[in-house]
Amino acid sequence: MSTTVAPEAPLRRQAWGSWFPPALRQPLAIVGVSLAVLWFLVAVFAPLVAPYDPLEQAFMPFESPSGDHLFGTDELGRDVFSRVVYGARISLPLGVLLVVLASTIGGTLGALAGYFRGWADGAVMRTADLVFAFPAIILAMVVTAALGRGLTNAVLALVIVAWPSYARVVRSLVLSVGDSEYVWATRLMGSSARRALLREVLPNVVGPVLVLATLDVGNAILLLSGLSFLGLGAQPPAAEWGSMVATGTQYFQFWWMGTFPGLAIFTAVLAFNFVGDSLRDVFDPRTARESRERM
Amino acid sequence: MTPILDVNRLRVRLPTPDGPATVVDGIDYRVEPGEVFGIAGESGSGKTMSVLALMGLLPQGAAVEGQAVFEGQDLLHLPPSKLRRICGRELAMVFQDPMTSLHPMLSIGTQLTEHVRQHLGLGRRAAAELAVETLREVRIPDPESALNAFPHQFSGGMRQRIAIAVALACRPKLLIADEPTTALDVTVQAGIIRLLDRLRTESGLTIVLITHDLGVLSSIADRVSVFYAGRVVEAGTRIDVLGHPRHPYTRALLDALPHPEATATPLIAIHGAPPTPRRIPPGCAFHPRCSYVQASCREAIPPLVPVNGRALACPVDPLRVGIPG
Amino acid sequence: MSALELTDVVVEYERRGLEPVRAVAGASLEVERGAIVGLVGESGCGKSTLARAAVGMVAPRSGTVSFEGREVKPLTRGARPHELVRLQMVFQNPFSSLNPRRRVGEQIGDALAVLGLASRPQRAGRIAELLEQVGLPQAAARGYPHEFSGGQRQRIAIARALAASPSVIVLDEPLASLDASAQAQIANLLVELARELEVGLLLISHDLAIVRHVADTVAVMYLGLIAETAPTSELWAMPLHPYSEALIAAVPHADGSGTMPEALPGEVPDPSRPPPGCRFHPRCPYAFDRCPSEEPALVALAPARSAACWLQQPGATLATPAVKSASRLASTRSAE
Repeated sequence: MSTTVAPEAPLRRQAWGSWFPPALRQPLAIVGVSLAVLWFLVAVFAPLVAPYDPLEQAFMPFESPSGDHLFGTDELGRDVFSRVVYGARISLPLGVLLVVLASTIGGTLGALAGYFRGWADGAVMRTADLVFAFPAIILAMVVTAALGRGLTNAVLALVIVAWPSYARVVRSLVLSVGDSEYVWATRLMGSSARRALLREVLPNVVGPVLVLATLDVGNAILLLSGLSFLGLGAQPPAAEWGSMVATGTQYFQFWWMGTFPGLAIFTAVLAFNFVGDSLRDVFDPRTARESRERM
Repeated sequence: MTPILDVNRLRVRLPTPDGPATVVDGIDYRVEPGEVFGIAGESGSGKTMSVLALMGLLPQGAAVEGQAVFEGQDLLHLPPSKLRRICGRELAMVFQDPMTSLHPMLSIGTQLTEHVRQHLGLGRRAAAELAVETLREVRIPDPESALNAFPHQFSGGMRQRIAIAVALACRPKLLIADEPTTALDVTVQAGIIRLLDRLRTESGLTIVLITHDLGVLSSIADRVSVFYAGRVVEAGTRIDVLGHPRHPYTRALLDALPHPEATATPLIAIHGAPPTPRRIPPGCAFHPRCSYVQASCREAIPPLVPVNGRALACPVDPLRVGIPG
Repeated sequence: MSALELTDVVVEYERRGLEPVRAVAGASLEVERGAIVGLVGESGCGKSTLARAAVGMVAPRSGTVSFEGREVKPLTRGARPHELVRLQMVFQNPFSSLNPRRRVGEQIGDALAVLGLASRPQRAGRIAELLEQVGLPQAAARGYPHEFSGGQRQRIAIARALAASPSVIVLDEPLASLDASAQAQIANLLVELARELEVGLLLISHDLAIVRHVADTVAVMYLGLIAETAPTSELWAMPLHPYSEALIAAVPHADGSGTMPEALPGEVPDPSRPPPGCRFHPRCPYAFDRCPSEEPALVALAPARSAACWLQQPGATLATPAVKSASRLASTRSAE
């Protein structure tokens, strides 16, 4: 080129690491990740962490917390601490499973609705609206009642309750990202709409959905516990936090029976909420840096 | 004549994820009553931050040094309650985007009368009359009905006029306009330029006009200060600075603009880009992009000194390098 | 035969419960290879819509768009026909026209991959060439869009368009989001590319001054119609349409003289309810009785010059609206 414009100032190279940690270096994130990891480890190594078998009714019932029984014993003489530890094996994996299923099913339906528009869009969205019209816990109760009690049915019921919000979010993201100029640019390059969807749109949709899903795990744990509290999820003698809280409410004077499982729910939900919030910051500053303010 | 606004050694530092950034680095200027004072600069020059500092509108964590004396009071060191009494009443500001500077959910009448009633203590009827009067001044057709209308019912140009009306409702002495016409079409811009000129002539309003558009400054500013990387590089009368620019940056900026006369030649672009506040070059901030750079330019920041009736921050002797007068 | 030809293009937007709005009400344009055509106009004139119709992003209601002799069919779900890929577009906002999650080199290489213009091993080399053409270092290919400034991103967007070896590029306000230094640089780059690569450019802009420097011919648009087309220098020397005249007079000059630009009274009308007859007549200083009743067509007044104004008659000597108006008034008075 005769009058090549000289290249501008050297590009600001960002070390790989510098993109990742700053957002996750926040105290909130550290607390959240630590707690989540802690619970994960507790769940995995439950047999090593728990001093006793959770179902063994070998001890004096209603014993207050002591050296032998850190969280005391319940009405059937079972060690509460061991039951709380084993409870992690139920609530955490199922909570995560629930979110994975709901986001995958809901997300796929939402993406198809946004991509095809027309009657597919209408069908998916109206069904979602229908589900939204019911309060989550009521709908879950109805479905579980119809299918029968038990954890598997509870999870199924909750997936049915949870997929619409993912469908809505993904659909709207597919529509808005799909209208981005860079997507039009690839279409003008000769890429088909399907190729554009897979290569340009969906990768930009995954981020926000991931944040939503992580925040939702806490919600899932709460709902599962709620169903079990109502007697519809975990069945006795399973050591599940929600049902333990339920029993605890019947024996208020023996406060340790309900308080510790309740604290377990609380800390687990908090952990995932913190992680989700921090993930949001991981995805945001990039776009925040993009708009150079006029000074 | 005492200046209505006297800014001395203003420095603004903002916190960034990578450490503090100096966005305004020791600027001085004086605004005389009744004049249109132009501040020219591109993005990153610190022009907006410097006025946000005056109004107390800087983001959290900003550090401000220096003095900004407005009518005998140093705005930078006033307690927030006193500053609030001045802002909106004696000192007002108009921003670039009329879409976002007007509240979308409140009627024009409410937006005009609300702060008038607060600052001037007027009753409802008196405030409404004042509002209609102000709208008439900015040439909004049918001002009485406009009071009940909402911003989205007006075009961009009209909204900017309304924003100016809101700013002028309390009859401030000084109006700061930050890129008031940048978002507008050229014919609409011409209308706003003429409006500002008329307001200055008819009511003795002093205007500080900030823009990157040298054509706009050339139409109405009396004196101009050119900002680069948070510093003033040249200041003087409009004719001197824009008609006979001396600082290499001012010259380069004017050369990069399409001239009405020279059409066939390519635009003389300034290579590179303005530095970000964290990466200001040592010595004269413009030296990496300057065609007249000398060794001394890298070593020390050239001070802003008076040269033939203007202020110039460039030690390069024009006669020696052949820059015409 | 021009590379890109728009003939009487009409583009409408649907509105719920109301009649459709005509964003473009019958516009014709031509772009030759290697020539730069500027399309100027203010907000609401329909120039961006016309740009989108020109590349097939929106379907015209009527009229034809043809590229290299073939009709430009609007984009459907399938892939765009290969012949049309040589008709490219560069968008206004450099911050949203690049995918934030993909590397710059990949995005530039999209055309190469989809069209099979270069095999995988050759691609890197071609991408480096393209980056060099737009004045960016080879290393830029590995970066992500957010690492670059607005001006640099616009260069990347141009490189991406060039990867398809286009014969025409439509640029929708490519300089609007850039500051002065970047604007001048990119403007120069565009002129260079047009000349050296023989690419036709349709440059949409509201900035008359830049268009004046860059374009060979200019089309002025108002409320969905083309008001005037002319070679650039001739348009500035003697605008034939009152709107062109007003537009030129409204541009401020950075000469330090203190001359204020001319303002145009009134507002741009709602495109869904354009004024009867000549759309510009309510704001036109020279309007007379014919103007509100009949809409003037865009007529050729000289080689390469046309205007849609009742003051200008084909065959008569060219003169500005002021002169024409004065002589018209004089002749009506003498007729009385």
